[in-house]
This record gives sequence, structure tokens and C-alpha cells, in this order.
Amino acid sequence: MNRIAIKMLTGDRAKYFGILVGLTFSSLLITMQISVFAGIMSRTFGFITDIGLPQIWVMDPKVQFIDDVKPMQDTELYRVRSVGGVAWAEPLYKGILKVRLQNGNFQSCNVLGLDDTTLIGGPSRMIEGNLSSLRRADAVIVDEVGAKGKLAHTMTVNGQNVSIPLKIGDSIEINDHRAIVVGICKVSRTFQSQPVIYTTYSRATTFAPRERKLLSFILATPKPGENLNEVCQRITRVTGLLAVSSYGFKYRTLMYFLTSTGLPINFGIAVFFSFMVGTIISGMTFYNFTMENMRYFGTLKAMGAKNRLLLRMIAIEALLVGLISYCMGVGGAAFVGFIFRNTEMAFLLLPHTLIVIAVVVTSICILTSSLCIYQVMKLEPAIVFKT
Amino acid sequence: MEKIENNRIAVSCSGVTKTYGKGETAVQALRGIDLVVPRGKLTMLVGPSGCGKTTLISVIAGILYHDQGQCIVFDENLKGLSEEDRTDFRAYNIGFVFQAFNLLPTLDIKENVAIPLLIRGICRKAAFETAAVILEQVGLKERMHSLPAQLSGGQQQRVAIARSLVHNPRLIVCDEPTSSLDHETGQKIMVLLRQVALSQDCALIVVTHDARIFGFADYIAQMDDGHIISVDSPDKMKEKV
Ligand SMILES: Nc1ncnc2c1ncn2[C@@H]1O[C@H](COP(=O)(O)OP(=O)(O)OP(=O)(O)O)[C@@H](O)[C@H]1O
Ligand SMILES: [Mg+2]
Repeated sequence: MNRIAIKMLTGDRAKYFGILVGLTFSSLLITMQISVFAGIMSRTFGFITDIGLPQIWVMDPKVQFIDDVKPMQDTELYRVRSVGGVAWAEPLYKGILKVRLQNGNFQSCNVLGLDDTTLIGGPSRMIEGNLSSLRRADAVIVDEVGAKGKLAHTMTVNGQNVSIPLKIGDSIEINDHRAIVVGICKVSRTFQSQPVIYTTYSRATTFAPRERKLLSFILATPKPGENLNEVCQRITRVTGLLAVSSYGFKYRTLMYFLTSTGLPINFGIAVFFSFMVGTIISGMTFYNFTMENMRYFGTLKAMGAKNRLLLRMIAIEALLVGLISYCMGVGGAAFVGFIFRNTEMAFLLLPHTLIVIAVVVTSICILTSSLCIYQVMKLEPAIVFKT
Repeated sequence: MEKIENNRIAVSCSGVTKTYGKGETAVQALRGIDLVVPRGKLTMLVGPSGCGKTTLISVIAGILYHDQGQCIVFDENLKGLSEEDRTDFRAYNIGFVFQAFNLLPTLDIKENVAIPLLIRGICRKAAFETAAVILEQVGLKERMHSLPAQLSGGQQQRVAIARSLVHNPRLIVCDEPTSSLDHETGQKIMVLLRQVALSQDCALIVVTHDARIFGFADYIAQMDDGHIISVDSPDKMKEKV
């Protein structure tokens, strides 16, 4: 009878597609919403991911997330280095500086100043040039997306706008200081999507406006055999600064965006409405389908089909549409994400999302099929003789 | 009506009553039915509209609980059966033919005919083989893969008859089997029904308004207002009129 059930459902093309479209659309929308949300959230700590090597981030205790820079005095670096169990500690400058483009426009950029000798925290994926070229005078490395996009040189040729990417050897002006591009690198997208410029710590501090404190973060790593968390706690206790693992800092950044911004609630509302759309469209169509088939369910009942069998038939129908819609919805979303993978679109399809969508689709199916099952259960077989 | 031997009795009702609804809106559809239906014979149930014919065959077929009295079908007291057992009882003993055919529109003819077997858990292959044999008997073997909508009304009713017979039931109930059909097709359907059902020693109950098919009956039970008022052979009926 399982195949009979499936044929009953799929035989009525219009309704069958109606149910599929509703449920597919809804799982597609929810997957998109959650994945874009996850993508945006992962961008909030993209910087921390990029600076992979150091395991410990030391900062002012008031810092809430990666872009919330509260500079410290340079001397803090030496205090951190002197804490027991610290293998090494290097400075990192991180700040938003204005870059003047050739056409006279200004563009805010995320400038990162790496320790002059070790260059720790540098980009892990160079596209052109070498990280060590940063040691040359006025050298900077620019990220690829920035170089091709916001930092590109635009001009009008024969009435058409052309944009020429920034390349090695070009000079730019950072906060009135000349800088020469010596490399192009790849970075993770960040929340504000500003271009990223790498340089050395000492040069970054000359680019930056004069301030008493310029040290944004101290990057450190525990000695081999030392427990990461214990070293973090020790640094925190000894220096009065805040030391967290890079994982902890990602988490701190993520939690800031989750709890202090309107993002989760706004995405949550969108997800909720997608859920409602799915439930209403598919649910109503499935319910209609069942109601229109009441005469036939009644006939089956009269001919000796037990409630258990009819329940199984409806459950199989629901399972079928649920499964197809789930695959098409998630697959569709993954496809969209794949197509736009090299754009500004934030899209991160997590395994958790797949589970969430499965739960959502299952609950829509259970919700509507229980309603149908209830109607079929209480159906009197005597209706079969009514015309 | 001559005496029926005990072992030839398919259905025996005595004092069966059925009331729909409660209080002021209650309708007493059956007011004490006494009726015996023999095997291997076609019993027709006739009477004015609303006299309770459909209600009575629903009770006999085990799809409706009656209130008082006894309704015994093949030695089984229907009142005493649980919902579950009644469903099983129907699956093994009863075949149905409806005025509106009630064929599942999205299933082909062969699948429609096989449903009573599939419900009983018989495997698809065996069920379809049996269905093909019975479809041959009703002359529709070559239309096995058509959908119901592709057949004429008479052909659809033939499919329904095949479906009612496929699981070798002992009783077949038909509610107005010919009233959706033209006269000639109706006659053919009755010939077929008699031929295939009675050859299997089935008891046949046919509810009808259609006086032109009375001649196919072995017995005609006349109903009025919830009572059986007479049971006669068709010839006797004619004499009376
Ligand atoms: N489900 C129901 N609820 C309430 N009353 C009903 C129900 N079914 C039938 N009745 C009433 O019971 C009476 C007998 O109905 P039934 O359908 O058995 O008549 P019938 O002899 O089959 O009529 P017809 O020839 O028009 O089909 C009628 O008065 C009808 O209105
Ligand atoms: Mg009737």
C-alpha cells in the first residue's frame, strides 16, 4: 500500500507540486537566512582566523570584540613577555586609517601593523609578492578584494568607466604618508568589508594619528607543555589585562554581535516568516489534498483498511514531500551560495543548519500530517455510500 | 418466500434499529428490520427515497453500528465485534460496489482492482496477477493500465465489480450500481454481476430504484419508512402490481 499512497499523492500533479513548492521554498529561504546569518557572524571574527599562529590575544579588559580596539601602552608588551609560561609575545596594531586614492577620494581601510622583525600575524595566503618585502621602506601589502575593488584606480576612458586594480609598485597615501604596495594577499571577509592593509608595527604607528597609546593587541603563545588556559589566566592576573585564547576571542566577538546587535532578532523574524509561509502553503495544500481524498480514504476504510494502515500511508506521503523539499531547498541554497561564493555575499552553510532545516521541515510535515491523520481517523466508513 | 436452509443463510437481521442524531433532530432510519439474505442469490432492496436502504446495507456490511436488535453476518454477530475486528471482517468477507464507482483516480485499473488484496497485506505481484484474472472475467483485461477517467461509466462500474470480487468475499453490497449508467449499460452490468458473483456462491444485496432491473433479482425486499414490508420473488411482485 506504500506505493499506492505515493501514487495517490503524486498522481494529482497540481497539488503535489503545490506542496513541494511551498515546502521547498520555505526550506530554501530558511537555509539562506541561516547561512547568510552564519556567514555574517563568521565574518565578525574573520580577522582572528586570519591571524592564525598566536594562540593568545592580550587586550584591554574593556574590549568586547575584534574591532573594538582600546589601545594599550607599548610597555604592556614587556610585562606580558615576562609572565611565566609565555614563549613569545609580539605587538599588533589594528586601526582604521584613511587612504587617499589617486582620484582624490578617501577610503577607510583596516590597517594592521605586524611586529617589525618576526612579522607575526601576517597574511597566510600571498597572491603576489612576499611577506618579507614588508621590511622594505614604506612597504604595505594590500588584500586582493580591496586592491581590485575599493582601492582600484577608476577613470573614464571614452566615456566608459574602467577600474585598474592596485598592483605591486603602485603608491598610495595613508593618512598623508606615502606607502608602496609590495604584495597582494588574500584575507577572510570582514564584517565592514573594508580593504585590509598590512604593514609593520613601527610604520603603522607612524601612519596612525599621534596618540599616547597605540598598541592594539599583544599576540602571544604559551611555551610548549604549558596549558593554554592557565597561561591566559596567569597573564590576566599578573598584568591586569585580558588574555584569551584565539578561540575565546572569536567567541567573545561572536557573542558581542549576537547579544548587542539587532542581527539575531531580525534574522529570526525572517526565519519565522519563512517557516510560516512553508507551513501555510504546504500545510493547506496537503490538508486540501487529504480532504479531497476523503471519499477514497473512506472507500479504503470500508474495504477493510485499518487506521494504522491509513496513518502509514499519510505518513509516507508526508515523508516523501518532506524529503524531496528538504533536498531541493538545502541543495538550492547551497547552489546559490556556490554561485555567489566570490562575491560580498556572506554565506556559510554549517552542518548545524542542515539539522535545523531537517527539524523545521519535519515539524511542518508532522504538524500538517497529524491534522490530516486526525481527520482520516475519525472518518466514518459509512460515508462511502453518500454521493 | 420459501424457507432457507440454515447453512445457506448469509445475513440474518432481526429487530435492527438505527437512529441518526439525538434529541429533536434525531432521524429514526431503521425501525426494526427483520430480513434474511441467502447465499448464491441476488436480493434486491427497494423502496422510496429516505426509507433507510443505504442505512441497512451499511449496517449489514459492517461500516455502521446499529442501535438495537441483532445483525448476524456469516455467523458473526456484528454488534459483538470491536472496531478493529469489524475492519478485518470487512476485509475478508465483504465486497462493495458504489453508485459513483469510487475508483481511485490516480491509480490505474489493475491497481484499483488489487486494492482489497493489498489491504490484506498480499504482495504486489500476487495481487496484480489475481487482479488480471478477474479483469479478464469482466472483459477489461486490455484496459488494465488505463486510468479510471479514460474509461466509460459502464467500464468503470465493471472495474468496480472486479474490485468487489477480487478477494473472494462472501457478501457483496451494491448501492444503486446502475443509476449512474444508461439503461442498456445498466442491464449489462446486472448480467455481469449475477454471472460472476453468483458463480462464486456469493450473497448479493443490491439497493436500487431502477424498476427495469428488478427482473435480475431472486428476491425483492420492499422497504418503507425503516421497515421491511415484504419479501417476494420478482414474479410475485409483478402479480401484486
Ligand atoms: N448521517 C446521517 N445523519 C443523519 N441522518 C441521516 C444520515 N444518513 C441518513 N440519514 C437519514 O436517514 C434516513 C434514511 O437514509 P438512507 O440514506 O438510508 O435512505 P435511502 O433509502 O438510502 O434513500 P435514497 O434512496 O434516497 O438513497 C433519511 O431520512 C436520511 O435523511
Ligand atoms: Mg441510499
